[in-house]
Amino acid sequence: MSRDVTLQSLDPRVTRLAIPTEQEPFVGVPEGSHLQTFEVFHQAKSGARHIHVGSIHAPNAEMAMVFAKEQYARRSQCVNLWVVKTSEVIAFSPDDADLFATTPEKDYRDASGYKVMQKILAWKQRIQQEQSQQQQSE
Amino acid sequence: MEHRAALEDLLVRMADDALIYGHRNSEWTGLAPILEEDIAFSSIAQDKIGHALALYTLLHQLGHPKPDHMAFMRQEHQYRCCHLVELPTQDYAVALMRHALFDYAERVRYEALRESAYKPLAELANKVRGEIKYHVFHANTWLRLLGSEGTDESRARMQAALDLLMPYALGMFEPSPYDDELWRSGIFPGENAIRSRWLDDIVPVLESSGYRVPSIEALEPTVGGRRGYHTEHFQPLLDEMTIVFRLDPDAEW
Repeated sequence: MSRDVTLQSLDPRVTRLAIPTEQEPFVGVPEGSHLQTFEVFHQAKSGARHIHVGSIHAPNAEMAMVFAKEQYARRSQCVNLWVVKTSEVIAFSPDDADLFATTPEKDYRDASGYKVMQKILAWKQRIQQEQSQQQQSE
Repeated sequence: MEHRAALEDLLVRMADDALIYGHRNSEWTGLAPILEEDIAFSSIAQDKIGHALALYTLLHQLGHPKPDHMAFMRQEHQYRCCHLVELPTQDYAVALMRHALFDYAERVRYEALRESAYKPLAELANKVRGEIKYHVFHANTWLRLLGSEGTDESRARMQAALDLLMPYALGMFEPSPYDDELWRSGIFPGENAIRSRWLDDIVPVLESSGYRVPSIEALEPTVGGRRGYHTEHFQPLLDEMTIVFRLDPDAEW
């Protein structure tokens, strides 16, 4: 990238700030100087579960709440938010993805595999038949 | 309608404060220190302009021009905002300290108005309660982070901002010739009452957040805004804020 990039804004707010027009060489961000991140969980109505909606940078937990409110509860209904330090989330390692590899094959664990409704209907039909036979014989 | 002039004066003062404060804060949109703060501070600015719109709408119902015309078509001396909201901010510390001083006053003002004998204003005060609660929460968090939890530099810059702004903040409560009438009619308790409740709130917050509060009695409040006398910064602000609207005031947006 060229070093002699100049910034010239037409925005009066920017011109007022008297930002130097010569851009200084990029020096990078020192290790550890980034703000920590927090994970945000959004609750749409009382009693509903909190759903993870994303993450934010914040210097501490209180500021994370301040930022989360505008970031994630500004455009949709919300009654509560949780914020959790990303570093405190306990997760599997990406290397352990093979733990879950055969799950899709185990379709016998899929609740939709049960034909419960058909059995219930068959049972109801049988009861009805028995009752009507009883009435006829009486 | 009884007490009409007193009520209109109150509504114009509050609406102009909200509009100009909202506009000044919106100047940080895209420039605030970090993305998350940019969004939060811009959103607060937008809320304030919403409050201004609601108040100008009440004035319109009392026979004043349309809200957009109230906001953009008046002459400088017709605005009734205080000097605190007019000040340009080139240092984010000043923007944040003004935010704390102003929004604590807004909270006291709207809290009192929930009991107002003028029902539309009481309804508005109830409606914006949650927004103002958030604005104060945001201000508090920054006050502490840059004060008692901050560095020498952050504390020094915030303290300098407080020393600069306190006389202007006291100017928010410039007495009105209608104060007595507003109080007697149950519309609004008057500027003196709001000022003393504000001091009861803000002084302990500032002190516990690590700042020295200047001696209030020794300060000369910066007044004049409520009578149409403004700082040198106000006309340039109006020029910039109104330039697009004035190109074609009848345009459909």
